[in-house]
Amino acid sequence: MKRVSINSNTVLLLITIGLFAAMYAAGCVIYADKGFSHFQTFLNVLITNAGLICVACGMTCVMLTGGIDISVGSLIAMDCMILAYSMGVKGYPCVPMLVFVLAIGLVFGLVQGFLVAYMEIQPFIVTMAGMFFARGMTAVISTAQLSITQQSNPQYYAWANAKIELPAFLGYMNNKGAVIVPFIRPTVVIALAVVAIIFLVLRYTKFGRSLYAVGGSESSAKMMGLDVRRTKLKAYVLSSFLCSIGGICYSLNTMAGAVQQAKGFEMEAIASSVIGGTLLTGGVGNVIGSLFGVLINGTINTLVITNGKLLSSWANIATAALLCFFIILQSVFALIKERKK
Amino acid sequence: MQSGEKGGSVFQNRPFSQYGEAFCAGPSQLIYTERVKHMEDQILLTMRNVCKAFPGVRALENAQITLRKGEIHALMGENGAGKSTLIKVLTGVYQFDSGEIRIQGINEPVINRSTLEAQKNGIATVYQEINLCPNLSVAENLFIGREPKSRLGLIDWRTMNKRAKKIMDDLDIDVDVTLTLENYSLAVQQMIAIARAVDMDCRILILDEPTSSLDDGEVAKLFKLMLRLKEEGVGIIFITHFLEQVYMVCDRITVLRNGRFVGEYGVGEMPRVKLVAAMLGKDFDDLASIKPEGGAASSEEVVVEAKGLSHKGKIKPFDFIIRKGEVVGVTGLLGSGRSEMVRCIYGADRAQTGTLKMKGRELKAKAPIDSIKAGMGFLPDDRKADGLIGDLSVRENIILAMQAREGIFKTLPPSKQNELADKFIEMLRIKTASRETPVSQLSGGNQQKVILARWLCTHPDFLILDEPTRGIDVGTKTEFQKLILKFASEGMSVVFISSEIEEMLRTCSRMCVMRDGAKVDEIEGDMTQNSVMAAIAGGEAK
Repeated sequence: MKRVSINSNTVLLLITIGLFAAMYAAGCVIYADKGFSHFQTFLNVLITNAGLICVACGMTCVMLTGGIDISVGSLIAMDCMILAYSMGVKGYPCVPMLVFVLAIGLVFGLVQGFLVAYMEIQPFIVTMAGMFFARGMTAVISTAQLSITQQSNPQYYAWANAKIELPAFLGYMNNKGAVIVPFIRPTVVIALAVVAIIFLVLRYTKFGRSLYAVGGSESSAKMMGLDVRRTKLKAYVLSSFLCSIGGICYSLNTMAGAVQQAKGFEMEAIASSVIGGTLLTGGVGNVIGSLFGVLINGTINTLVITNGKLLSSWANIATAALLCFFIILQSVFALIKERKK
Repeated sequence: MQSGEKGGSVFQNRPFSQYGEAFCAGPSQLIYTERVKHMEDQILLTMRNVCKAFPGVRALENAQITLRKGEIHALMGENGAGKSTLIKVLTGVYQFDSGEIRIQGINEPVINRSTLEAQKNGIATVYQEINLCPNLSVAENLFIGREPKSRLGLIDWRTMNKRAKKIMDDLDIDVDVTLTLENYSLAVQQMIAIARAVDMDCRILILDEPTSSLDDGEVAKLFKLMLRLKEEGVGIIFITHFLEQVYMVCDRITVLRNGRFVGEYGVGEMPRVKLVAAMLGKDFDDLASIKPEGGAASSEEVVVEAKGLSHKGKIKPFDFIIRKGEVVGVTGLLGSGRSEMVRCIYGADRAQTGTLKMKGRELKAKAPIDSIKAGMGFLPDDRKADGLIGDLSVRENIILAMQAREGIFKTLPPSKQNELADKFIEMLRIKTASRETPVSQLSGGNQQKVILARWLCTHPDFLILDEPTRGIDVGTKTEFQKLILKFASEGMSVVFISSEIEEMLRTCSRMCVMRDGAKVDEIEGDMTQNSVMAAIAGGEAK
């Protein structure tokens, strides 16, 4: 007789997904007259949050090792500023600049990862230094609000405004009788590809499993013959690299660069991961959860905006409530587990 | 004694037949016979003149060991003799200062710089502390770092789970390999750790105190496995404190003392008393000579009285009385509620029903601090998790409980702290480089003494010792027992829990018997090993 046992982490993930579904369904009912139920609303949540999805995936990887990366918000601002300055002001071609931004992500991650893994400095401190550094560099490049226009870089502009149309039956008829075909932007494809790849990496590669092992017990991982330092280094490199991909998505969304851009983004990424079931102590979590964490956040924002009368700060308060809910839930599960023993 | 074959009992000093049928099946394997002689000349591993110093301590001084193919080699010595250090040097956890390691088939001297490198050289290790990841599945813990891959280079979970299942089935361990490790008991985890090491095609297997958390049945399984590996030509270094086990499976013994090599002996030529003498470096201090002196109810003054205490799901309501100067044992199988009972009295697990009186006054302990203030002390069984703070120094760990009772605003003057620390280091003979050495650098038995010192300096009226002697060597055990009796004669009331009945017989004047989470009996007076075991086993066994 084999008892099917559902592991508490799976339950947490299911709760996250269920909550998202419930929240979305509620929105569809309450704001039916405002078009919330259109599929495009959901797609817009994805489009707006494509960058955050990438960043949250990287954050999840770092958090799995028991670390944290609070440099991501500033790194995004720096990426956006570099792109806006080089393409918007200097008129450089976009492909080399995108490669350059990705390379910066790698180098940034290498330095942070080296300091955390090999110099054994607290990740919070290291990435806080990274945070100040990147924000500072953004201001050094320019303190102005720069933007990329169709004139300055038509190629980039075309990418940013490219529509990938989905099958028409997913759309709806507007009151003039025309079919509005739902669409996504290329950034959504990038973000979902990132989720899929990182999901596979975490589940099916030695590196992915090492992340869990290191987060579960660093000394055990070492004793079992895993290279803990290298794993940690890779985690930070991955985080910064994914952050740069997220930065590009963010830049494609905003077409702008500014010092104050993406402020608090790191906290949103951490919140999304936590809501998605990732433990700050490491060893537990996955990117599907983080994806839904981002979607829940995005849906809250959309709900507040759709309502129109609520202050936008209510979105923050809702996120805070959710965070509390999930953290308490996690401790309850941990307690139950402890009790069972 | 049926219990040995079923779930198993916890007593480690028992006749050999109690280790179960499976193990008794091949007694011929146990004796040091000609069968292994042909393999004997093949030396697998030699470590010569190995020296290793830690700040202030010479952990190893010209230590050596020679391991042959297909032998089980016991590495013995007191706590702090350098057994673990020697192993850690071999497996690359520590770097050694001088000396030479040679492994058969490798032409130059070997220096392992990491566990990984040691593994590549064919050395697999199972440490006393289980080194597995609780958040990963059983299968992953077996295979991590060498997972089976599909053609795409991705981890093949199905094959991995299937192979893991087979390994566990071979060892006769019933687990669901897809569940996370944290679902299983320490004993099962230990077996999984061993399974992992064994499955790695090692030539040299090191088992560092693998049996301290296993019960009889599991020990039998482990020994069966060890003998199988021995047949296959694996050389096994086996570290244990249980002399019985050495004589049961080992071929040869190497004894270390104070980091130095004392000698290498064949098991046949080394009677037990001589072995202990070699470990202690003196004539065997006869354990039997200790007798409870002021034992049986020397005073009528009741120190602690519990009525109907219980904790749902852990321990059923129980009554308990202890008088001044009494040593009371709590006995029962592992998991029978021994620890739960004392945790409930101490307030580590808050009692949900009943009343507790301390010296006639009702004590409503919300947290351990209330119990400490009332004059209780508690030495938990899991010293790593509940007791010591590894990064703090010996001195800081010793004064911790005292400081907690005084409150943070009454800091002890440093001179007083030093004086206290030195007093206990000397009194308990704690082996440490200085009072400022971090506790994590001390050996297990000495760490245990530090916790004991911590409670002693608060002058408790009532001290609970939960398995204080587990995993420590014979000499220290005797010291502990003597200390307990000494404290009792000075008027302290002590509750003593041990898996070894003999030890309790020597110290306790009364014993509470636990079974299935309830206090079922209390025995007093003329106690013998048999009468205690009968009480533990209950009605069915006689």
